[in-house]
Amino acid sequence: MNKISTIGFGILATVTALSFNACKPKNTGTAISGDAAAKAFVAPGQYDEFYNFVSGGFSGQLSTYGLPSGRLLRVIPVFSVDPEKGWGYSEESKPMLMTSHGFIPWDDLHHTELSQTNGEIDGRWVFGNANNTPRVARIDLKTFRTAEIIELPNSAGNHSSPFITENTEYVVAGTRFSVPPDYVDGDVPISSYKQNFKGTISFISVGKEDGKMDIAFQLLLPGVNFDLSHAGKGPSHGWFFFSCYNSEQANTLLEVNASQRDKDFILAVNWKKAEEYLKAGKGEKKKVRYARNTWDESTHSGKHEILEEVTVLDAVALKDICYLIPCPKSPHGCDVDPTGEYIVGSGKLAALIPVFSYTKMQKAIADKAFEGEYEGIPVIKYESALHGEVQKPGLGPLHTEFDGKGNAYTSFFVSSEIVKWNIKDLKVLDRAPTYYSIGHLSIPGGDTKKPNAKYVVAYNKITKDRYLPTGPELAQSAQLYDISGDKMQLINDFPTIGEPHYAQSAHADIIRPNSVKIFKIEDNKHPYAAKGEKESRVVREGNKVHVYMTSIRSHFSPDNIEGVKVGDEVLFHVTNLEQDWDVPHGFAVKGADNAELLIMPGETQTLKWVPEKVGIYPIYCTDFCSALHQEMQGYVRVSPKGSNVPLTFSLGKNSSDAKSPENNGNGGQPK
Amino acid sequence: MKKLLLLAGFAALLYACGGNSQQEDKQAETTPSASEPAPAATAPVDGVGKFKDVQIPATLDAAMADKGQTVFDVKCSSCHKLTDEKLVGPGWKDVTKRNTAAWIMNFVTNVDEMLNTDPKAQAQLEICLVRMPNQNLSDDDARHIYEFMRKNDGVK
Repeated sequence: MNKISTIGFGILATVTALSFNACKPKNTGTAISGDAAAKAFVAPGQYDEFYNFVSGGFSGQLSTYGLPSGRLLRVIPVFSVDPEKGWGYSEESKPMLMTSHGFIPWDDLHHTELSQTNGEIDGRWVFGNANNTPRVARIDLKTFRTAEIIELPNSAGNHSSPFITENTEYVVAGTRFSVPPDYVDGDVPISSYKQNFKGTISFISVGKEDGKMDIAFQLLLPGVNFDLSHAGKGPSHGWFFFSCYNSEQANTLLEVNASQRDKDFILAVNWKKAEEYLKAGKGEKKKVRYARNTWDESTHSGKHEILEEVTVLDAVALKDICYLIPCPKSPHGCDVDPTGEYIVGSGKLAALIPVFSYTKMQKAIADKAFEGEYEGIPVIKYESALHGEVQKPGLGPLHTEFDGKGNAYTSFFVSSEIVKWNIKDLKVLDRAPTYYSIGHLSIPGGDTKKPNAKYVVAYNKITKDRYLPTGPELAQSAQLYDISGDKMQLINDFPTIGEPHYAQSAHADIIRPNSVKIFKIEDNKHPYAAKGEKESRVVREGNKVHVYMTSIRSHFSPDNIEGVKVGDEVLFHVTNLEQDWDVPHGFAVKGADNAELLIMPGETQTLKWVPEKVGIYPIYCTDFCSALHQEMQGYVRVSPKGSNVPLTFSLGKNSSDAKSPENNGNGGQPK
Repeated sequence: MKKLLLLAGFAALLYACGGNSQQEDKQAETTPSASEPAPAATAPVDGVGKFKDVQIPATLDAAMADKGQTVFDVKCSSCHKLTDEKLVGPGWKDVTKRNTAAWIMNFVTNVDEMLNTDPKAQAQLEICLVRMPNQNLSDDDARHIYEFMRKNDGVK
């Protein structure tokens, strides 16, 4: 990006509805035109047509935008704590962030994948991967909350994840960083990479009804870097394709050392074959440790468990599971078209795009058209699997999505553009600049059998001058293009949280009708729930003080508590008695070394507080709830250790009504 | 009447602050505006909702009243006392003498529409200034609650 054109874009950023052919980096096509605003405009009070689930990158979260407006609808906390929502701070949510390394407050979420049935988005779950401490999360789209997180043993840098098979039979996870497996002594010289470091690919089964995740098996592979992946579909259902780089097996200065070979590989995995081996008992059970955390909607609590065994299939010793297809120049994206016939590999440093044919690959395997082996895995001859190459499409192809009309859309990081090309004849049809340096791109359903190809969204790595400057750190950007016509048309541009990598979109009709509005108070099975003020109370168990508290517009019960002592572990179990949509209550305590709680209607959440100083501590509702929200407050008195102030609690001063049931439930304590 | 309109406006404002103005609940938003005629004084005694002319036997159904008390304990007692004393909402003493069964059952199941259109409900709001939350009561819950109210009012 030269300076002049950068300045040009800066001016353009402030001007809408004007054509600026003169300023584009390449003189190809129209980037913006007069009706763009109308196409992206969603009137106040109107709903967007699509939900867009965008990975939050180094924020560790998953954000939900509406398309075409680009309005941020919700940030779903997944792998990182979120004090705003109490995620990772409430006692109930802490178990969700537990791992074999203990509690981890952060991760790096790169890819999202919506669950599918028959190769179409079914709107039940969206999955996300943790790139740092390898995990996969399942988010329930009825509640837009993280329902389950499973850790991956024998793994590091879970990047080629969480891609799924066409009926969500499996979610996969692959090692970007090969490492010595957990079940051997990992105290080895780093320079012994070739000898001791292994790659693994995990196949995580997903419960058909409940979505529960289990590691069905892991494939043990040579130490390389697995990068991205996509499942076969239709005729190629039963296969999974992974791009891999660093076939040089370098362990230092990969920037240079992992770019030596002209070609790395696409790994084709016959997972049906792997299932056969598994059934035949060819898997080896290995002793490892990994976490599985599940959220229970009836107790409103997470449960953390450590699992200690995983079944490993040796993909080198067990023949016919894995084949390698040479792919030029450090392949990154690995995308399968809607028919399941074509596999697009994108070399980060390449100036062409190879397209492989599933049919040709099968024939090559049958004919043993191999050029040799790599670390014991057969390498199919490049030409034998190749459908063809897209010549001179641009520089640095990364990812490809499909429109279901025979066309592919590929992002080009180096030349900063999206290029539309025809899969069959490999001809380039259109190109549109992005601002700037696009990474992933996404078409609704663009990696499924049935794309809904109204838009493509570019997720850009560099924002530069697109928005008002905010110091050295800028928001990342997404750009929306209308692709309903022959030419791509830029119609919207919006900032995103964290760093967006992959994203997926689904039509709102698939998700919106199932959205939960409240949790039924009758179904609340939280062990410390107070279902009604009658059940609100304070109970001391040694140095633990359990406050069974209720909230309703606009008071807490109880709201005056005395007899807490310095060093006590006070647990506020707050039950929100509201049964109306969009009436959460918040809860905060002065001086608490913790975040707030944000409690949905019918839910119970717990805030732990260990007071360290004597005094009076206000509590209050943090989420504006009614005209008398400012009145929603109370006090806790903290006395010195050993003080004889009795434990009491109360609400209001009206205690004379003998008939009132609320006088019956307080264990003789004064109201 | 001016005051009532002002109140309705205020109620709408409160509603908006709660963030409830969703498309699905459009009917709940139809608050009377200044340009529309205010609800007639001759509003139906049963209010607005699915219940009309509910027939209630003279004697109490104790089992039903017990079920009603369970609902009261969880969803109502935070704001209503069983005496004539106002807490957040009005006390329940004699509530069954002031309103028909259908009006009460409509109010507790169709809260937003009642608060927006029923003069009696709006008059209560004028006193309490807190919109009764919609507590998602089923039709059965409403009937049970009504029976518990009757018990509280001395019906045997």
